[in-house]
Amino acid sequence: MIAIRPAEPADLSAIAALDARLTGQAKAVYWQDMLARYAGGPPERHFLVAETSRGVLVGFIAGEVRVWEFGQPPAGWVFAIQVDPRQRLKGAGSALFDALAARFKAQGVTHVRTLIDRKDHVILSFFRAQGMTAGPSLQLDKAL
Amino acid sequence: MKLQTATRLGLYAILELARDPNRTLSAAELGERFGVSTHSLAKVLGTLSAAGFVQGGRGASGGYRFTGNRRRITLMDIVALFEPAPGRRAKEPGEDTEIGSALQRVLTEIDEIAEATLRSISLETMLRGTN
Repeated sequence: MIAIRPAEPADLSAIAALDARLTGQAKAVYWQDMLARYAGGPPERHFLVAETSRGVLVGFIAGEVRVWEFGQPPAGWVFAIQVDPRQRLKGAGSALFDALAARFKAQGVTHVRTLIDRKDHVILSFFRAQGMTAGPSLQLDKAL
Repeated sequence: MKLQTATRLGLYAILELARDPNRTLSAAELGERFGVSTHSLAKVLGTLSAAGFVQGGRGASGGYRFTGNRRRITLMDIVALFEPAPGRRAKEPGEDTEIGSALQRVLTEIDEIAEATLRSISLETMLRGTN
């Protein structure tokens, strides 16, 4: 059974370790900063974790309501999600996404958005499975 | 985006069969359901069968059933059976010119976005939107 709760400063080591294991990059300072700004921060910011009934952290999600970004009406943005591979396809990612979407909805926004590397088929498939489709914007890029 | 007829039929067939993996449907039954020729569907089902996504089909009225994993198979897996891979298509006349290669860059960009979309949608996700 997976439970979802707001992240706390004490979750830092588990979050940083999970992210480092999945990305191969240690970013403890980054996650410390993220937790400081998003866990218990302004109400439009959310940082949630998924844990087992034994209190083991198996995933997290972070996002916020952004107002008029890129000329679009207020929307909830998901900018980080990680789930322990051993817990995938067991509902932890969906539970995190649903919990964040519910918080966005409670704040009055009608859309949730994210930005994905188009070659990252695993995460693209995950968001598709949550019902997400191509949004109104196209990301453009130029080498400098 | 324009799909070849065989690709479209392949997607129709696999999605219909994947709706209920315990059910068998013949090419004729699938053809009637989608208003397309049994002959075309029989060929497409042969390709799906060779790829291991469906089983069955002995004789004209033989039924097929879905044998794959709905959560793992994506639309791209089916499209790739019938459409040439982006890097493997024959070069078009004029592609080596300055204008031709500029146009090709735009078309490649479109192909990459289309492929990412098709690869991100599993049969399970697709069927969830049709019930």
